[in-house]
Amino acid sequence: MTTTLNLGKAINAGLRRSMDDDPKVLLMGEDVGKLGGVFRVTDGLYKDFGPDRVIDTPLAESGIIGTAIGLALRGYRPVCEIQFDGFFFPSANQTFTQLAKMRMRSNGALKLPVVIRIPFGGGIGAVEHHSESPETYFAHTAGLRVVSCSTPEDAYWMIQQAVASDDPVAFFEPKQQYWDKADVDTEAALSSAAPMGSARVVREGTDATVVAYGAMVKTCLRAAAADDERSLEVVDLRSLAPIDYETVYASVRRTGRLIVVHEAPMSHGLGAEIAARVTEQCFYHLESPVIRVTGFDTPYPPNRLEDHYRPDLDRVLDGVDRAFAF
Amino acid sequence: MSTNTSSGAGVEPRSADSGDNLVQILTPDGEFREHPHYPFAITAEEARGLYRDMALVRRFDTEAVALQRHGELGLWASLLGQEAAQVGSARAARPNDMIFPSYREHGVAWCRDVPTAELLAMFRGVTNGGWDPRDYGFHLYTVVIGTQCLHATGYAMGIQRDGAVGEDGSAVIAYFGDGASSQGDTNEAFVYAAVNNAPVVFFCQNNQWAISEPFERQSRVPLYQRASGFGFPGVRIDGNDVFASLAVTRQTLNDVRVGQGPALIEAFTYRMGAHTTTDDPTRYRVAEELEEWKGRDPISRLRKYLTRTGGADESFFDAVETEAEALGERVRTECRTLPDPQPSDMFRDVYAEPHPVLERQRDEFVEYLASFDGEEASHS
Repeated sequence: MTTTLNLGKAINAGLRRSMDDDPKVLLMGEDVGKLGGVFRVTDGLYKDFGPDRVIDTPLAESGIIGTAIGLALRGYRPVCEIQFDGFFFPSANQTFTQLAKMRMRSNGALKLPVVIRIPFGGGIGAVEHHSESPETYFAHTAGLRVVSCSTPEDAYWMIQQAVASDDPVAFFEPKQQYWDKADVDTEAALSSAAPMGSARVVREGTDATVVAYGAMVKTCLRAAAADDERSLEVVDLRSLAPIDYETVYASVRRTGRLIVVHEAPMSHGLGAEIAARVTEQCFYHLESPVIRVTGFDTPYPPNRLEDHYRPDLDRVLDGVDRAFAF
Repeated sequence: MSTNTSSGAGVEPRSADSGDNLVQILTPDGEFREHPHYPFAITAEEARGLYRDMALVRRFDTEAVALQRHGELGLWASLLGQEAAQVGSARAARPNDMIFPSYREHGVAWCRDVPTAELLAMFRGVTNGGWDPRDYGFHLYTVVIGTQCLHATGYAMGIQRDGAVGEDGSAVIAYFGDGASSQGDTNEAFVYAAVNNAPVVFFCQNNQWAISEPFERQSRVPLYQRASGFGFPGVRIDGNDVFASLAVTRQTLNDVRVGQGPALIEAFTYRMGAHTTTDDPTRYRVAEELEEWKGRDPISRLRKYLTRTGGADESFFDAVETEAEALGERVRTECRTLPDPQPSDMFRDVYAEPHPVLERQRDEFVEYLASFDGEEASHS
């Protein structure tokens, strides 16, 4: 059955289905219970599954991830909500030094099926610490998987895939898109959805490839539609660790040019990583250097400036122009 | 309580006085004293078992320090002096209880039947962990201070959700040190355990020193008193008294097991050796302090008790000594014969599910290494 859902409600529906299917799935975080989360992503789940499965935690992020590790070791599948991107940092130690490494430390005996949901990125006029893009920290940490959805349908399926994964998954939700609506077939089989680790060509084109994820996919699609001179192919990365390089390489080999777009700061970011790999693997197919269009190497600015900080349609098109200037 | 925070030039010996409210059942002279709140009886056979545990664990530890000195281990964290705190509390746990250690809990590991080779393997550098915690009810050692207190609390929350609270249920012990009491994670664990009424015993071995920092640099109040601020009971025991350690932990575990919520035990003890084999305690503490604590040695006081009560004779102690010799020999051999991991092993078990980027990196590295095959032969 196809239902029209916004991205936030699609995650909610996906969580509900995971909880229905597996009694070991738990939600935990600040305000996820009666309030339904500050973005209402867990709305109604407390009422239907009760406080033992939808746990309103103390206001302590390290505690959320640390106790989720313990619950996972006992056989549960905790889905942790970190209220905002910038509040993740207090739990970084548990995530990076404990959660990511425990499987290897046990020589594979243990599994850590913990999902960390993080609303990320800007564009909603929030105050400091509420608009950041910390995904590179996660992607740089071996043992973690990192994904980001950009459509309600992806959100619905990917959250279920993340919950079903026996690896820890950081699940980045583009908060600016929580209210974007689209049709979702909520009754198809989970196995029929695109694999969590795969990238997707969301717009075909012949002249240049634009790679993005999260809310930037929408921006890049708008840029592609606005460019009536060149045919731009847009790839939604979906998985940030591991990256589905084969899809990226195949696209670049077709188009000969690559522009990587993300909100996170440029230096040492995913754009740098993708540029290096593509240069190594597609060197003789490239007509120009890989171009990055990103946030700046500054702290996320006060929101009156965020429209300058976040790549927009014009900055993406400027990046495309630079790729064609060679 | 000193409020002087300047770093004094001279190092003064610190008193071994624990203050009031110390639960002690076996005195340093080996006398048995009834405790009004912790009734405790023990057979001679059980007491001999505790002696054997402590003596063998000390021998294992001594051997490991020697192995490190000979370059066979990269590092060792000695438990010397903490045998009673560890063996007593560990023997109080049931097989279906889960224990979350720090990195010095060799005596607890011993009581949970973790093979000595598994403990050596981590410090020798052939693995970052090694054993399957489910086989022993003993989780992997934790090097980042205090993190395991949250794992223990989460695990205890899982026990609650499994409906495994009750007389026949399971409980959890989290071991940590006085230094870890300063960590946010330890304090968050106290909060989470308290508000969830989780079946977890926080067992702090206050060995007086966090590397070079004395307890006064961690807290202005005795640690067991902190529990009340979080809303659960705390008790301080003589950590060099194996009877107190066993009695108090057993009773506390039973309370926790039936749903009374978390509890804190502070074992007041002393780290007689260095923090680890890289440390030099003569830079920050004086010999008199060590001498004072030697008079409280956990093993010699149990020996005095066993001798005094006729629970053991010289032949028993000789037999334990012989067994310790054999253990030492076995530990030396098994350490030296631990196989090094294969280079490609570092790519194993990072993920449960396929990871194409890592797999490609592994394949390229294996191919690179293989390119050297036969090279020695061609050079000879």
